Amino acid sequence: MMVLVPAVSLAACVPRPALRTSTAPAVAHRYFTDEEWAFLNAACARLIPADENGPGAVELGVPEFIDREMNGAFGHAATWYMQGPFVSASPEFGYQSPLTPRAVYRAGFAAVDAHCRRMFGNKSFSGLPVATQDAVLADLESGALDFENVSGKIFFGFLLQNTKEGYLADPIHGGNKGMASWKMIGFPGARADFLDWVDRHGVRYPYGPVAISGERG
Amino acid sequence: MDDIRKPPVDAVLVGFGWTGAIMGMELTEAGLNVVALERGENRDTSPDFAYPRIADELTYGIRHELFQDLSRETLTIRHAPRDRAVPYRQFGSFMPGNGVGGGGVHWNGQHWRVLPEELRLKSHITERYGAGFIPDGMTIQDFGVSYEELEPCFDQFERVCGTSGKAGNLNGEQVAGGNPFEGPRSREFPLPPLADAYGATLFAAAAKNLGYHPFSEPASNASRAYTNPHGAQLGPCNFCGYCERFGCYKYAKASPQTTLLPVLLKRPNFELRAQANVVRINLDSSGKRATGVTYIDAQGRTVHQPAEIVVLCAYQLNNTRLLLQSGIGQPYDPGTGQGVVGRNYTYQMTGGVQVFFGKDKPMNPFIGSGAGGQVIDDFNGDHFDHAPLGFIGGGYIGVIQTGGRPIQQMSLPKGTPQWGSAWKQAIKDHYLYTVNIQTHGTIMSHRDNYLDLDPTYRDSYGQPLLRMTFDFKENDIRMTHFVTGKAKEIAEGMGGRSVEVKMKQFGDHYDTRIYQTTHNVGGAIMGEDPGSSVVNRYLQAWDAHNVFVMGSSVFPQNIGYNPLGLAGALTYWSAKAIRTAYLKTPGPLA
Repeated sequence: MMVLVPAVSLAACVPRPALRTSTAPAVAHRYFTDEEWAFLNAACARLIPADENGPGAVELGVPEFIDREMNGAFGHAATWYMQGPFVSASPEFGYQSPLTPRAVYRAGFAAVDAHCRRMFGNKSFSGLPVATQDAVLADLESGALDFENVSGKIFFGFLLQNTKEGYLADPIHGGNKGMASWKMIGFPGARADFLDWVDRHGVRYPYGPVAISGERG
Repeated sequence: MDDIRKPPVDAVLVGFGWTGAIMGMELTEAGLNVVALERGENRDTSPDFAYPRIADELTYGIRHELFQDLSRETLTIRHAPRDRAVPYRQFGSFMPGNGVGGGGVHWNGQHWRVLPEELRLKSHITERYGAGFIPDGMTIQDFGVSYEELEPCFDQFERVCGTSGKAGNLNGEQVAGGNPFEGPRSREFPLPPLADAYGATLFAAAAKNLGYHPFSEPASNASRAYTNPHGAQLGPCNFCGYCERFGCYKYAKASPQTTLLPVLLKRPNFELRAQANVVRINLDSSGKRATGVTYIDAQGRTVHQPAEIVVLCAYQLNNTRLLLQSGIGQPYDPGTGQGVVGRNYTYQMTGGVQVFFGKDKPMNPFIGSGAGGQVIDDFNGDHFDHAPLGFIGGGYIGVIQTGGRPIQQMSLPKGTPQWGSAWKQAIKDHYLYTVNIQTHGTIMSHRDNYLDLDPTYRDSYGQPLLRMTFDFKENDIRMTHFVTGKAKEIAEGMGGRSVEVKMKQFGDHYDTRIYQTTHNVGGAIMGEDPGSSVVNRYLQAWDAHNVFVMGSSVFPQNIGYNPLGLAGALTYWSAKAIRTAYLKTPGPLA
């Protein structure tokens, strides 16, 4: 049986200009300072790097996504219960810190940069070789690197979760430019209409993604 | 500022999700003047769930746009009565709804009844295995109503919802293709089953090979266009993959908005007030009769709404909290076992098996309906001999492909790095090629799992938060090991490259961070004895005859199935008792 492929899907086959490499694009940031922005871009480039499978978090605009989130409900913990008293509890009870995510980012960037300058010849995180950056991120992830004013693990947790969100969410939120992550994994985005495909078993869905804006990938 | 006093009404509904909408329909049909008070905002399919904005995983799936605002109101949680409870500050384990339609807006539509033996669980277990089979500390009870009594109510709710499925038992006769273990149905489902995704068919074949009995999960996602008995119309589900956590843009998922509100909101004897947060049920000087409720409106004003009948239709946690705040019924004390309000809080036990396939078998995981899929009931209820197993309960096993949203529904093998090029490679390798089998089962009620009011934390109105004391018990871990073990055997026959089991282990504590189910039950349980229940078999409060409590708050312990079908049927059951008996002679019905 012949399958009709809509023109929008064929567009995905047209060669497109190469994406930018992982130098930080010059975009405006509203919440983060220039130093924080440099850190964020460097960290995103290590968490989801550009590689043979395609562009990484920086190329897809994830730092812009996270900057935007800081000024929205998420950054302000606007829908979380943030009344005291704040007491420590075992991890099963979830977030118990009085710090909003935007405050965690601010404190986390400062603490990790101070640590890096102390340990690595007065270099901030963004100035370190990538292998050292990876080691610092791994120490944050494991809890080996922790700070007086902010939990290294919580900081890393927000950074990683928000990086993945910006990489995989609809471009309407500022990341996932060109829907490149969706194209890499085979997710058709906001198509949201598959009645004619549910019983085609074992056949890979052939159409590229669409975004909420109507953009076709 | 003086309080506002509204004109009296015949009945006030507290909360306007599924049970509120059903009760509103039934009581207005009986000629009563009814006001519904909903703490959240008004919502409808258009514009609130309209395409394409609804196809947004981040906003609805991750940032919980349609759920309760925890900054205003949450609860505290601890594992044992000796512990200090801390607030549930952000969503994890469960996510109560908010706004008109409540959880009915963003459920999956998994629309089960109940197993007949589960309604009389304590009696059934005692008869088959002896009273000594019930472990110390387990506080299971009978519901006080039978499957036969509820059957017309189940049927009515399925007709309203346009439920898709295949009967396995019609009036006692076995029917091929349906669930052979279900209680008798008086007639076939309103709509035929939904189509199955690939993974579900692989599961069904593997289950059949092992001698089990796969069938289509009952789904209130319409498989065809449908007009319900009220004249409300549903369109066919198009497997959009944005079901649970989302409103349905296709008018295909049964919700109050798609099935009842188009009729109810037009009735002259009905009024809906959104952003009306009820803080107290008011009692007369005898303390035995409600005079109405007090709520805070959108402008922060205190409003009194007098009513002849008060029906609690809020979420399970809030129904219990309102009773405690209002002093209706004796609060439960786990030390003495005395008191009833807050008693027998329980939850459900979920587990799963991931099956990883090679690239020759793309699963297209984004093709999803909320409830379409293949399941088996062979290890639910008392469909197998529990005597050698040493636990009570069970669950269903199945593949229900609800969607492939890539942030939250990405399954990766254990040991995959969480970041870096290796993570990126893994999402590329596995996203299209993974099937998840889920196990969904009971948790029995237990003496020291309960609800009361927190002594420390308050909501944005200054009222004490509810406090949950809950942890898993050995009985329920044994259940999930048995049922999830069966799921693993099926998984191994599905033709994948590897399988991985996810389930609770002995010694694991309840983890509030990980989504499990929003199937919290108990706290205001029904029964036949006022010494061990809050409401009678008609869901009428023993301690205030004009207060009725709906929803899963009344379950004495949890069932293996998703609870909404039973909660809806019990609402019709209670409404019928109000209409046929209570309105004629207001007073205790039992």
